[in-house]
Amino acid sequence: MKFSVVVFPGSNSDYDAFYAASRVVGEQAELVWHKDTDLKGADAVILPGGFAHGDYLRTGAIARFSPIMAAVKSFADRGGPVLGICNGFQVLLEAGLLPGAMVRNDRIKFVSKIVPVRVEQTDTPFTAACASKQVLNLPIAHGEGNYYAPPDQLDAIEKNRQVIFRYTDPAGEVGADWNPNGSLNSIAGICNRQRNVVGLMPHPERASELALGSADGRVVLASVVKALAEGALRHA
Amino acid sequence: MKARVYVTLKPSVFDPQGHVVAEALVTLGYQDVKDVRQGKFFEVELADADPATAKARVTEMADKLLANPVIESYRVEVLQ
Repeated sequence: MKFSVVVFPGSNSDYDAFYAASRVVGEQAELVWHKDTDLKGADAVILPGGFAHGDYLRTGAIARFSPIMAAVKSFADRGGPVLGICNGFQVLLEAGLLPGAMVRNDRIKFVSKIVPVRVEQTDTPFTAACASKQVLNLPIAHGEGNYYAPPDQLDAIEKNRQVIFRYTDPAGEVGADWNPNGSLNSIAGICNRQRNVVGLMPHPERASELALGSADGRVVLASVVKALAEGALRHA
Repeated sequence: MKARVYVTLKPSVFDPQGHVVAEALVTLGYQDVKDVRQGKFFEVELADADPATAKARVTEMADKLLANPVIESYRVEVLQ
């Protein structure tokens, strides 16, 4: 299968995602410039971390208008698996491909550390190879990862099982002390209603080999390989 | 002609930056400060048009780009 990794001006985890997809998971991968208008035959798309367009105005607000985003949207509409990591998650929120918004971390700090993250649902292309309630140790590195959705929307997200990752303690228990940024309901990642678009603030691609401090993130990209092999996804 | 757009977080959204600014003001001795909400201010320079049209255009801009309607509200003023 083939991963396409979108490169925005200011992306900085694009090569990390490319490396994890190609060298660690062992699949084809290609970097796609944000001014391109096609996804080069992607089976899965990654919007990587970084500071697209300098995060001017709001995180992800300008990237949403990059020419490639029309192709990403139609790929997502056809059921293609799309993963937004950190800044990529913020872009998906601004683009309306995922519900809600990000505000500044509650303690006004850029937080960079490895945190425990619990997998809430395994019926998405990016968690298909995870065990239910599995706790992954994944790095976070963001200043605006404080997830917000209006109360009625938040209720709907929970009811539809759209919360895919939650910040927890190492044993998988949710608690205020283990919520690094003030996100509502300790939300670290969500999916859309159709479950093919997933966004998360932690960086699985930066935790794909033990040399990086954790190899727990590998399962996220390996999941999409499994999901596609099982034909769970219909797109193209 | 010019238009001004004021963007602020909705009252239901916690504003961590405004909170820190409020704390700093209290530390400076302004004990009467109860809260601060921080926002954004845009001055948009436009080709001349009648004020109603200009206001409609800038409102559209605010809705599409300058504000994120999920968390922010905005106010548009057109200057004569």
